[in-house]
Parts: sequence; structure tokens; C-alpha cells
Amino acid sequence: MRILTMIKRILTEMLRDKRTLALMFIAPLFILSLLYFLFQSNTDQTAALGVRNVDTTLVKAVNNKHVKIHQISSDKSAETIIRDHDYAGVLSQNGDHLTLTLQNSDQSKTAILKQSLQKGQIELKSKAARTVIKTQAKALKKMQVALAAVTRQMGRAGNGRQVAQPAAGKQLKAAPSYTVTTHYLYGSSNSTYFNTLLPILIGFVVFFFVFLISGIALLRERTTGTLNRLLATPIKRGEVIMGYLSGYGIFALIQTLLVVLFTIYVFNIQILGNIWNIFLINILLAVVALTLGLLISTFASSEFQMVQFIPIVVIPQIFFSGIIPVNQMADWLQPVAKIMPLYYGAQSMSDVIQKGATIGDIAPSLGILLIFVVVFLVLNMLSMRHYRQV
Amino acid sequence: MTEVIQVSDLEQGYGKTVVLKDINLTVNSGEILALIGPSGAGKTTLVSTIMGMLKPMKGQVTVLDIPMPNRQLLAKIGFMAQTDALYESLTASENLMFFGSMQGISRKALKEKIPYAANIVNLVPDLKKYVKDYSGGMKRRLSLAIALVSDPEILILDEPTVGIDPELRQQIWNELHKLANAGRTILLTTHVMEDAEEADDVMMIRNGAAIAQGTPKQLITEYGVKSIEEVFLAAGRQQDAHTHND
Repeated sequence: MRILTMIKRILTEMLRDKRTLALMFIAPLFILSLLYFLFQSNTDQTAALGVRNVDTTLVKAVNNKHVKIHQISSDKSAETIIRDHDYAGVLSQNGDHLTLTLQNSDQSKTAILKQSLQKGQIELKSKAARTVIKTQAKALKKMQVALAAVTRQMGRAGNGRQVAQPAAGKQLKAAPSYTVTTHYLYGSSNSTYFNTLLPILIGFVVFFFVFLISGIALLRERTTGTLNRLLATPIKRGEVIMGYLSGYGIFALIQTLLVVLFTIYVFNIQILGNIWNIFLINILLAVVALTLGLLISTFASSEFQMVQFIPIVVIPQIFFSGIIPVNQMADWLQPVAKIMPLYYGAQSMSDVIQKGATIGDIAPSLGILLIFVVVFLVLNMLSMRHYRQV
Repeated sequence: MTEVIQVSDLEQGYGKTVVLKDINLTVNSGEILALIGPSGAGKTTLVSTIMGMLKPMKGQVTVLDIPMPNRQLLAKIGFMAQTDALYESLTASENLMFFGSMQGISRKALKEKIPYAANIVNLVPDLKKYVKDYSGGMKRRLSLAIALVSDPEILILDEPTVGIDPELRQQIWNELHKLANAGRTILLTTHVMEDAEEADDVMMIRNGAAIAQGTPKQLITEYGVKSIEEVFLAAGRQQDAHTHND
């Protein structure tokens, strides 16, 4: 009864606070969209490559939509040319020898040039191989025709065939033409870093905004004295906490659904696992953020201080959420990740989205998130004691 | 007359600081007790202890013969805090409705009680307004209405007359007397001497100690002065002289 009244009050207050509502629902989508476009532009990056005395066939092979070719005629050194024209690299040829000079101030451009050159060379080689095969095939046909004629002519003396055919067979094996088909376990050749990052980002965005808004909302209640006044009524401390949890939980739930649906349908993200598992993880993550927000607000005496807690409570969680692979960290650092709720949330999000993990696979992580909820709830109960001792 | 609030040998403080010492008081049913003293004297701490928000460091507080702190007993106490603890984005009637149901009153009963409580503090025409549009005095009155809305046996009011004009103050006092005559017990704090003269009993607190206690008339005769204000000044001087002697 009291909990219901509290929920109703929180809903009324929130619905009248248009700016907070907007922050809660639009800001996460804005952040995600921004990141989406930031990482998208990466695929359209082009690197300028200066070429000098390079075979036109090779230049053609190296050229693709990520490389812009500039022909160079001057005799200046490659370094000077790169500096003068701000090229990402210069490729020059001396006989059979190729020299690639790279500016290397932007590693992604360096990677594009190196890759393109490699691809170009392979293409040339396979082209050459195909030409060889073609000419050989032609020769073989000619030979076969000739042989047939010979065989017909010398029906009595048929030794020639035995000599010619093995030779042709050997040459065929020496220059095979491979065509490579690549299969992607997750995503496609269009995948960017964003796809890897997205499961983590969804978890983070949900966590961050729920933490911030629930923390500040309870803080307002503490500083205006309404929490004290509330505890001068026969309400139980547990009822107060459950009231906040359910009231702000409703908003956290709507926000979570919105963020997840937005990322899936607008960004068109492929999900290998079950979408309900994704909702489950995020809702649990939101509840952890809610209880943590309520708890942290105990230690802040103003909104300003609440914001100061973000670098301590939220930012480290990003580092350990999987953006930097945790198993590549220093041994002593790895256990730190294990005390971060976001680590478990983000890990299971990646597992469900990219590896198709089932509810059984993510159950241990969900269990740990539940433990976080219980611990924070108990701590909240204890901190309420400060306001009323019974 | 039964003893409703009883405080005996109370010592109270935060951590190692002692805010109140040797406090003894009794409020009988149908009585109005005014706690009077300058700000920082410990009035609010005493009120919080009687409400059971704080556990007594030493001594005992009983309300209706039940030792405090006790959560259930809070349903029988109408409380008005020193700071206006109101939800600014709700209307006055929504605030009354919310705190009323927190106090344990049904919605149906509240629909009748809200106009009654609002009428005492002259807020009926402004019930539908948002609290953020209220003036300081209106907020004070709304806080008082919240304390009255559950029609409680005991009223504990922390500085109820701050920011209220003399005319309305008179009206509120008339209502408090009416409530007391109907058997309600009222404990209030104030630093306005006129308020003290209206009360049945006065307890003067200064520097955490009770310096004078009794009915206003008794005190005035006892100290041989003309007003409660002079009683307070005389009692204060006595306290200072006493501490110097120590």
C-alpha cells in the first residue's frame, strides 16, 4: 500500500520533470548514435599514396576505394614528398625492387596501404598464374588436337601420347589458381569495431544513465528533507527502499527496452542469441545501477558531489568492461575487473550477441549481478539507519 | 489526565558532543507544552529524540507508555519539521494525500480530512497549486496542514509559527487550543515569546539544559517579572552565574 503510493508519487514527479525525462530517454540514444557514426566513418577512410616508376599493372592492382593514387615525377626523396604533399606513403620501384615509405602518423592509414600493397601483389600473382594456366590450357588443347591427329595417322605406332600427357599434367599442378571464400562467424566483411563494441556500449549506457538519475533523485530527497519527513511516518525503511527501487525501476525498464530495441532495429545489429536474454541482462544491470546510485547518493551532500563520484564509480567500469580485453591485462590487474558489475554485464552481452550464448551460459554472470543487487540493498538499508534508528 | 509524553534524565548528542543534558519533562493529554530557547539550544534534537529518530544516549523517552524509538507509534504523531520538507513538483493536495497515506490513512478518509486541514491554515483556495509556486509562509502552513491531516493524538511541531502573519498565527493558536480541549497533546518549539504565553506549560532550554519550567503565570511570579521574555533573560543570567561558580 505505502510502496504503491510511493511509486505513484515518483511517477507523477518524473512525468512533470520534462528535462529529466528527456535526458533519460533521448541522451542514451544520442550517445549510441554518435558512436555509431564515429565508427562508421572509419570504413570510408582513404590513404593517399604517391607512386614513382611503378608498373602500371601493379598500380592498378593496388588501387582500391581506400587508396588514392598520385603519380610522382619529381626526383625528390620520398620523405620530402610525403611532407610536402601530406601523403600517407610513397611507393617507388627500382627494377624488381619495391620501396614503400610510410608517414605512419596515422596507423590506420598505414594499415590500409600495407594491406592494399599485399592484396595487389597477390592479385598480380594469381592473375599471372591464371594467364599461365590459360595459355597452358590452350597449348594442351592444341596438343590434344595434334595428338588425336597423330594418333589417327599413326594408328599402328601410338607412343607419342604417353610422352606428352604426363608433361602437361605436371605443369597444371605447378600453377594452381586458388579462389578464397571467407566465412565470418559473427558479422560480415562490413563489420567494424563498432559491432564488437556495441554489446558493451549498450550495457554501459543503461548502467550509467540509471545510476545518474536514480542517484540524483534520491539525493534531492535527502537534501530537501523529504526523506527525513518520510521517515517521521510509520513507513518501514525497507518500504522506502523498495518504493524507490520500483518507482525508478519502471523508468529504468522503459529506458533499457528503448536502448536495446533502438540498437537492434536502427543499427540493424545481428544477434546470435535470444533477445530475451539481452533484456534480462540489461534489466539486471539497471537494477544494480539503481541500487548503487541510491547507495552512492548517501555519500554525496549535493548534486555536484554526486557528479564527482562518476570518475570513481563509473569510469573505471568502462576500462574493465571488455573494451580492453581483460585477459590481456597484467595478472594483478585482472581481479579488479571481477569486482565491477559492468564487467559481468558487458561480458554476457557480448556472449549473447556475438556467440549466441544461452541462458545457461550466462547464468553465472547473472547470479553475480544478483549478488551485487542484494549487497547494495543491504547497504542501503543500513545507511537508512542514519535517518531513523527503527 | 494521563501522561502522554515523558522524558526522564535524558542526555543526548551526536558522537562525543553532548547537545542535551538532564532533561526531564512531562506532557499530559490535552496539554500544550512550548519548548522555548534560542536557535542551537537543542530544541530540534529534543524533538527528534521524542519522535524516536534518535536513540537516547542516556535516560528514557516514553510516548503513551511505550519507550521510544518505536516505529508503529509514529502513526499517532503528527509531525511538522523545522524545514519545509515538501515535494515541489506536486500540488498541495497531492502532498497532503501522499503524507496522509504514508501516515496510514485511507484515501477515502483523506478526501474528507484534506479540506479540514487546509481550512485551518487558510490554504483551501491554493490546494491545486504546485508547491514550487508557493511563498515561504504558504509552505510553512502546508507543513502544518500535513501534521494535522491525519488527526493525530499527539502533535509535535518544530517552529510552527515562523513566517506566519499575526492574524493567521492567532487563528492557528485558536485551533491548537480547540484540539487540546478535545484531548490532543501538543508539543511545540518556538523562539517567539508570544507563542510561549499561549502554551499551558513552558520549558526554557539554553545551551542544552532546561533553565526554567512551569506554566507561564507561575514563571512570571516566580521570577518577579512582567513577561515571559524577562523570565527567559533572568533564567539565562542565573545559568551563566551558575556555570561561572563551577
